[in-house]
Amino acid sequence: MPEQRVPPSATGSSAQEPLIALEKVNVWLGPGVHVLRDVDLRVHPGERVVLCGPSGSGKSTLLRAINGLQPHQQGRIRVGGLDLRDDARVQAAIRSQVGMVFQQFNLFTHLTVLQNLTLAPVQLRRLTRQAAQERALAQLERVRVAEHAHKYPLQLSGGQQQRVAIARALCLDPQVMLLDEPTSALDPEMVQEVLAVLRELAHQGMTMLCVTHEMGFARAVADRVVFMDQGQIVEQAAVQDFFDQPQQQRTRDFLARVLQR
Amino acid sequence: MRDPGTRWRSLLYQALVLAALLALLFWLAHNTREQMQARSIHSGFDFLLDRAGFDIGESLIPYNADAAYWRAFAVGLGNTVCVALPGVLLATLLGTAIGLGRLARNVLLRALCGVYVELLRNIPLLLQLLFWYLLSTRILPDVAAPVHLGPLELSKAGLSFIQTPGATAADAVDRAGGFAPSLSPEYLALLFGLVTYTASYIAEVVRAGIASVPAGQREAAQALGLGARQVLRLVTLPQALRLIVPPLTNQYLNLIKNSSLAVAIGYPDLVSISNTALNQSGRALECMAVIVAVYLSLSLLTALTMGLANRRAALRAR
Amino acid sequence: MDSTRPQSTRTAPVPAHGLIAPRPAPAAAHGIWAWLRDNLFGSLPSALATVLLAACLIWLLPPAVDWAWSSAVFRADLDACRAAQGACWGVVHEKFRIIVFGRYPQDALWRAALASALLLGLLLLSALRSCWRPWLLLPWSLLPPVYFVLMHGGVAGLSLVPTERWGGLPLTLLLASVSMALAFPLGVLLALGRRSSLPALRALCGAYVELVRGVPLISVLFMASYVLPLLLPAGVSLDVLLRVLLAIALFAAAYLAEVLRGGLQALPAGQQEAALSLGLSYWQMQGRVLLPQALTLVLPGLVNNFISTFKDTSLVTIVSLYELTGGLGLALDSDPDWQAYKTEGYLFIALLYFVFCFGLSRYSRRLERMLAHARPA
Repeated sequence: MPEQRVPPSATGSSAQEPLIALEKVNVWLGPGVHVLRDVDLRVHPGERVVLCGPSGSGKSTLLRAINGLQPHQQGRIRVGGLDLRDDARVQAAIRSQVGMVFQQFNLFTHLTVLQNLTLAPVQLRRLTRQAAQERALAQLERVRVAEHAHKYPLQLSGGQQQRVAIARALCLDPQVMLLDEPTSALDPEMVQEVLAVLRELAHQGMTMLCVTHEMGFARAVADRVVFMDQGQIVEQAAVQDFFDQPQQQRTRDFLARVLQR
Repeated sequence: MRDPGTRWRSLLYQALVLAALLALLFWLAHNTREQMQARSIHSGFDFLLDRAGFDIGESLIPYNADAAYWRAFAVGLGNTVCVALPGVLLATLLGTAIGLGRLARNVLLRALCGVYVELLRNIPLLLQLLFWYLLSTRILPDVAAPVHLGPLELSKAGLSFIQTPGATAADAVDRAGGFAPSLSPEYLALLFGLVTYTASYIAEVVRAGIASVPAGQREAAQALGLGARQVLRLVTLPQALRLIVPPLTNQYLNLIKNSSLAVAIGYPDLVSISNTALNQSGRALECMAVIVAVYLSLSLLTALTMGLANRRAALRAR
Repeated sequence: MDSTRPQSTRTAPVPAHGLIAPRPAPAAAHGIWAWLRDNLFGSLPSALATVLLAACLIWLLPPAVDWAWSSAVFRADLDACRAAQGACWGVVHEKFRIIVFGRYPQDALWRAALASALLLGLLLLSALRSCWRPWLLLPWSLLPPVYFVLMHGGVAGLSLVPTERWGGLPLTLLLASVSMALAFPLGVLLALGRRSSLPALRALCGAYVELVRGVPLISVLFMASYVLPLLLPAGVSLDVLLRVLLAIALFAAAYLAEVLRGGLQALPAGQQEAALSLGLSYWQMQGRVLLPQALTLVLPGLVNNFISTFKDTSLVTIVSLYELTGGLGLALDSDPDWQAYKTEGYLFIALLYFVFCFGLSRYSRRLERMLAHARPA
């Protein structure tokens, strides 16, 4: 993937067309449960955006709305130039450009690691079985779990499973990776190995939107940090500005709590 | 490591338990011997070679009243298998369909399947069998005017191939000494009752299995871009099968055991024939032993077969 | 489009659209029509299914309702029943006593009714969570003698009613509750035995459970009728009812043992370790730490077991005890006038069973929900 580093900016505005664009997006989970309120967000190619905030702030919902796992009722979500709608073809086209990594890994427990990676490319007729296997092994090498290719997910540690999940998403050659708290379900000693893989991915130029509590990771890798609270984007800034000079009181309170750990 | 004191104590306990059990068995055996002498009942399995002396309404193999007891038992076993095997197959098909129906988006389908399951699970099987049998004697067409379904005809005498004009059902049965290619109303009622009852339980097993596959698996598959049908076929169903096979085995075993209720509607299954043999010969213990041995073997066979299926569907974890 | 990769040849080009029209929040004002459309006609197969099922219902329901209600006769009038097109519910009215009370003598019916009402009342009381206190044991220990005196009589001026004549609904209730009560301690012992560290005990309990679970209940009942008399010392004979109770209890105990064993297995190993490190003895550990927790875990399973036992009581018909199912045969098989309406009789009994069993299963589900909240996540 060609490096396309975009100069970091406060609101993510730039001359280039954004890869992901959310305009006035509203999501209700049920009558009276308003989880996303008028959210505006842009992610440009090559950008690394970290999404943080207290639990219940809607960060995961935002991520899942982008690839259509969570329908949105108002506003517009554009991914790679396509407007996300309730149309299976549009959703499939969008999902082929967006890779997703879940907090609970969600590897298919009845398939081996290799089969987990080759399932989608083969079934969606993107690649032949041979080509899919070669790509799968290459991605497994990239995340350093190639020796476990023929094992079943439950035979691996949490950290290994999450790395396999990352490789599975990469097998479809996505333009942007959505990561929903990729290290929250891991034991502390395995968090670093997954973060290392994500750092490498970032250095290789992958566009990322990552929900995480790992502020050290955010400082090292992110271009921009977005802080959400109660369904709204409270503040977003270039990473240095965000940590050194948070503008909003709520942001300051949150950082005080989180950075104390 | 356990100290020698504990080891001796545990051995002592076990020895005591075994001694108590042996004492109980001796006492029971003593009582039995006394009772049997008092009633002049003989014991031993040699009675199996004696002449049975009773007729059996339907059987797979040729049989008449002059055959030996063991042959009668064989007929019973055959009849039991005859209703259990198709029963298991049909119940699985029906149960899976209804289980899937309970998960459908169509609310009418969901409701009707739900009513089916709740209704049949909360009424005793015996009552259902008696009801279906009663219905078959009331609703089925008379022998003289049967209903034709393709090459078969349905009447109060059961389901059979079309008889040659002028022949009666009795002729057909006589022709092969009880071995007629026809299904008696008792058989039909038993099969129908067993299948509908067991299917309601299988429906629940299937529904619970599919519903237990974590939502994250479906979401991950969707996030990879797989379509709804692909998600079901490649991710949900294989994992659901793993959760379905053990309880399904249980239901199959239940069906086999429930077929023993045939005695209530006059279908000559193993238990029914053993009961007749018991009354005829007075060899209560031996007949019971045969029943226990046969049913345990059937259960073991079923459990082993399903165990193979289970292992193939099972997860490999560390 | 800023996609630098070649378009996938699989999907046709998707036209770009402008801002989508804002959809209303899924507030309560969604409308019944939208719901109906979504759930009944959401897709082509769904729509076809709706049409097919609705057609079947329209074809079957009106004649059924007509038979059961509109054209039905509710009086115990034989001539009206013969003349009518619909169901003859009068048969229930006419044969009510035998169906519901079996061969219990008519002048003593109030005793059977009272005894059953007491038993039912106590069961309902025990079902309420607020009553799970030690004082509940008092009415439970008083019930058996009171019940027996009422049903059997022979004292206090009450006429004697031998157990062979007990029948109908009281018998069903009695069989279900007493056999479960007997099966419970045995089931606990079997479950503990299967988990014991003594291999002989484990093997014995395991053999018992697997043996009993492998054979049909009907054969156990036959064994109780034919084999049990042989196993007893000469001159001792057991009451028919007692034999049947024992048979059902021994049968239910095996299934109960499996349910309890599952509960004990599901407890985290740390519970036993903590109890042992506190110095508790085996029986203290089981009685105060492990069993209470295991019971809470499997309480819904135990209720399901009770439902099964309740349904299984119908089998005693085959060994000539006339509980609810047998009462119907008793009432109608020898009465040529009313015999034609046996179907209605079956439907009535099915309704009774359904009410009891469905109620129990609803209760079991409520228990599950209650206990899920009480347990830490």
